[in-house]
Amino acid sequence: MHPAYSVIFFTTASGAGYGLLAMMGVLNFGDGFLPADRWFGLAAFIISFGLITFGLLASTFHLGHPERSWRALTQWRSSWLSREGVLAILTYIPAGLFAYGWVILEQTSGIWMIFGMLAAIGAGFTVHCTSMIYASLKAIPTWNNEIVSPMYLILGQITGGLILVALLYLYDTPIFGMSAISIIILAVALAVKLKYWKVIDNSPQETDLTSATGLGSLGKVRVLDTPHTSKNYLQQEMGYRIARKHAEKLRRLTVVTLFAAPIILLGVASFFPVLAIGTSLLAVLAAALGIVLERWLFFAEAKHVVMIYYDG
Amino acid sequence: MTSLPESTESKLGLVIDLDICVGCHACAVNCKEWNTSGYHAPLTDVDPYGAEPSGVWFNRVHAYEVENKSGASQTVYFPKSCLHCEDAPCVTVCPTGASYKRSEDGIVLIDEEWCIGCKLCSWSCPYGAREYDAQAGVMKKCTLCIDKIYNENLPEESRQPACVATCPANARHFGDLGDPNSDVSKMVEDRGGYDLMPEQATKPVNKYLPPRPRQTEFDNINTNAKLADAMPEGGFLGWLDKVLTD
Repeated sequence: MHPAYSVIFFTTASGAGYGLLAMMGVLNFGDGFLPADRWFGLAAFIISFGLITFGLLASTFHLGHPERSWRALTQWRSSWLSREGVLAILTYIPAGLFAYGWVILEQTSGIWMIFGMLAAIGAGFTVHCTSMIYASLKAIPTWNNEIVSPMYLILGQITGGLILVALLYLYDTPIFGMSAISIIILAVALAVKLKYWKVIDNSPQETDLTSATGLGSLGKVRVLDTPHTSKNYLQQEMGYRIARKHAEKLRRLTVVTLFAAPIILLGVASFFPVLAIGTSLLAVLAAALGIVLERWLFFAEAKHVVMIYYDG
Repeated sequence: MTSLPESTESKLGLVIDLDICVGCHACAVNCKEWNTSGYHAPLTDVDPYGAEPSGVWFNRVHAYEVENKSGASQTVYFPKSCLHCEDAPCVTVCPTGASYKRSEDGIVLIDEEWCIGCKLCSWSCPYGAREYDAQAGVMKKCTLCIDKIYNENLPEESRQPACVATCPANARHFGDLGDPNSDVSKMVEDRGGYDLMPEQATKPVNKYLPPRPRQTEFDNINTNAKLADAMPEGGFLGWLDKVLTD
């Protein structure tokens, strides 16, 4: 599939924003885990809401008619894209109230804590809907599996979580064991990503030129000629192909930047508190590069069955 | 509403005979001709006279070669347009309701005025039936010539899709595939008509008829076989044959 930059930016930015929002909502449940400080809250909410909102806006850039995008909220009964839009907007309500309590009233307990939990739940379901837009497409077997949704959730969680860790170091209020837990979650996320690659590399090809043309009973089918002399819409949109050797190199680079570097940098942060601010910020930067690579590969490596009619 | 209808009163669709198609592309051309001034008008072309022309097409002719066990090959021309699936994934993924399947005849349509151009329907279609018009910013697709098949201003015999009407070889047929007694249904029954990509579970309405078995099977084709001697009994022609062969 052609990796569209607006969709890459949207899914990675909003994923990190929702991850950060969800972490704040969940951690705030444990009393005193997070500083109920106005300025810490302000910084965290600006980053979270900024990532979510710019991401959502970016997702409308690739539309043919962005001014009509409100119509995408109407078909939540059948469409994951519509559900995503509806949940994204609904999540703003508890998230806004959660932020209002934290930043304006300096209240993070009681009803405000409930708003935080609701915002976390909304964030989780929104990211789940994003992932299901892809995972529900039977025509793209690479995505049509059960790992895509947990993968999107945990990748949003680690990228948002790394921002939170850096913020906590910046405000000099690290939670005990925070880096160790983050490292464990990063390792789990790496396992999920490796599992995804294993699945897409080994899944049997159910649709081939035999089933696509129905000519298999006559013999071996191969493409003799394509319908057009130049590339058509389908080949431009679905025909993106990445050489296997490049994919392998980019996968390794993803592992290094998104998982290995943050794990090492957080390890350094926990052993050398004096370096913690610098290394935790570096971990965010590494993961930012890593998640863009990861998402670019997610699209570039996905094969659409329609291309069988063109390439065999 | 982008939920699919429970059932449709009829299942209008095409039957495409791969035995007959000669790959002349007339169906694709006449489709473009009719539809560029029809429901989805215009079918925009980009850089039509340049190095990389592209444009909106609802109908395409692929060509495949099938090689049997003994190495003999057969060319099969393969026209493909929207299959108007019963379980059309392009309908349910649509976030706006612009993509829908009609309950009266099963035709899958796009309401251009509602389409936001997110392209998700084209991602969901395993057959590549949907065409994005980058200039209009909306998705377009085969309408089964809805503005032709019901058009009472046309003589009755012309009320069939452009691709069917124009086919010089009569390889395309139009009718109600939900009616077991219709000509198209009988044709599917007699010839073993089949679905494309059945494992995609889209339940296409359009059916394909396989090429008929050949009257002469060239099972023993061997391109490396030595040519037979022209005059095995010898004589002048035998001598000439020998000289020319060497």
